[in-house]
Amino acid sequence: MALVALALAPLGLKNYGIYLLTLWCVYVMAGMGLNLTVGYAGQMSIGHAAFLGIGAYTAAILMKLGVPFGFVLPVAALNCFLVGLALGFPALRVQHHYLAFATLGFNVLVFLFIRNEEWLTGGTFGIAGIQRPKLFSFSLDSSLSFYYFVLVSTILLAFVLWWIVRSPWGRAFAALRDNPIRAESLGVNIMAYTLLAFAIGAAFAGIAGCYFTALVQFIEPGPFHVTTSLMMLLMVIVGGSGKFFGPMLGAAIVILLPEWLRFMKDWYLVVFGLSVVCLMVWLPGGLLSLQDRFFRKA
Amino acid sequence: MNFLEVKNCVKHYGAIRAVDGVSFAVGAGEIVGVIGPNGSGKTTLFNSILGQIRPTSGRVEFCGEDVTGLSPLELSRRGVGRTFQSLQVFGKLSVRDNLIVAAQEFKGTLHGRLLAAPDAGLGRHADEMIELFRLERVAQLPAGSLSYGQQKLIDIAMAFMPAPRLVLLDEPCAGVNPGLVDQLRELLLELNRLQGGSFVVIEHNMDFIMRLCPHVICMVEGRVLAEGEPETVQSNPAVLEAYLGK
Ligand SMILES: Nc1ncnc2c1ncn2[C@@H]1O[C@H](COP(=O)(O)OP(=O)(O)OP(=O)(O)O)[C@@H](O)[C@H]1O
Ligand SMILES: [Mg+2]
Repeated sequence: MALVALALAPLGLKNYGIYLLTLWCVYVMAGMGLNLTVGYAGQMSIGHAAFLGIGAYTAAILMKLGVPFGFVLPVAALNCFLVGLALGFPALRVQHHYLAFATLGFNVLVFLFIRNEEWLTGGTFGIAGIQRPKLFSFSLDSSLSFYYFVLVSTILLAFVLWWIVRSPWGRAFAALRDNPIRAESLGVNIMAYTLLAFAIGAAFAGIAGCYFTALVQFIEPGPFHVTTSLMMLLMVIVGGSGKFFGPMLGAAIVILLPEWLRFMKDWYLVVFGLSVVCLMVWLPGGLLSLQDRFFRKA
Repeated sequence: MNFLEVKNCVKHYGAIRAVDGVSFAVGAGEIVGVIGPNGSGKTTLFNSILGQIRPTSGRVEFCGEDVTGLSPLELSRRGVGRTFQSLQVFGKLSVRDNLIVAAQEFKGTLHGRLLAAPDAGLGRHADEMIELFRLERVAQLPAGSLSYGQQKLIDIAMAFMPAPRLVLLDEPCAGVNPGLVDQLRELLLELNRLQGGSFVVIEHNMDFIMRLCPHVICMVEGRVLAEGEPETVQSNPAVLEAYLGK
């Protein structure tokens, strides 16, 4: 039902609406990865936008060189997977707020790199004039056809996540989150699973980055700032961290609410901030935990 | 050959001699009890054996191999299981998933487990354990939502899921009502018969220890004060003085 709604959604919309829907898909992809790292495996990350950036720039640079999108995707994903693996190492030593700062520092580092290394990334001027990919010989230049392309990709990626979390890996991630010391005494290789949680989460963001580049066709460092990382974390937590559909709901709220609240002008941030505060106080498990509440009572 | 052999194990925290030269041996399939007053170093001894902490000195041998200082992960891979003194379950996972995750990492390879069936082929085994521990009614509930006693049973059942060759249990009866204590003793005897593993059990409940363990070690201030059959240890004057305060 939700799929039908998503397929029909853009039909009544103008280009900007379709753009927002496509952007929603991009954030859902990245958010699903962050949900794996944070929600399922219980790690902390305020550096997820860095992976979105690494993916986006990898895609931009390669696409400018004429590399086909189908080849760009796995390269960007692998790139992020490896960097994510490296970022996992601090997580083996520190937890919670220390880890939050470590990942935040990483984000700042990546941000500075893409802003300053002009020869590679174009610095603050960014990289412009990126062509939309083609699906075989079928053009994806119209916003509608590109939306469907991204939507189908998001669904495929959601299937990958679903497969991971329902496999024994998903259970091992949960064990790592709930009680790493106990997990280790039961043969769970917490080092391997911690690194995997970061690396897979990063790869998801890297893939999202490729679609982001193809969507906006012009990238500059702005969208990969720590602010975006915070926004993505908010998405996961507001939706329901560790819940499969959490990032979908969270991304919708984080992207669409500011649009709807636009009539309030500068007040929208206040309203937005207040609603997040209320939500966290009354529903710390996120919006999707409402479902559990009703089922418990019934 | 002894199954587990601890030789002159020492663990000092600064000036505190938590474990101060403990030696003992456990045979295959044997159940050994460890008693001693609070702070006598029982848990520290367990943690030194299990790689949770590094002993100051001493040697631990398992099946004739030196395993001193191996990590808890490596020890679990060699078939050494444990429970902790405090409750340690995976709160958000269902009881059944708690049991499955306790054994799944011993099957196949890491990448193989990504492609394996969701229950890793352990569903039936988990259900048998659930039946043995009479947890059928709560099997699908999150472990963290259950009562203390129920969680204690899950905690213990998890340790036995991979059929370890040696299990170290730290106060399995703590916080458990008398009826459940009897059930627990029967369960441990049954598991000992079924799986044939050796157990080392720390416990303050004397009655439980007396009826479970043919061999008992009494620790006081980091040292072994007495060792032998439960009746002999219990009636040892030094033990009575140190432990029971009589
Ligand atoms: N990490 C530590 N740092 C400093 N001292 C410690 C530490 N862990 C334990 N100790 C000390 O070592 C001694 C033995 O503690 P241990 O927990 O092994 O006792 P126990 O026999 O298990 O007691 P209980 O029956 O209360 O569980 C105590 O005096 C304790 O204060
Ligand atoms: Mg203790």
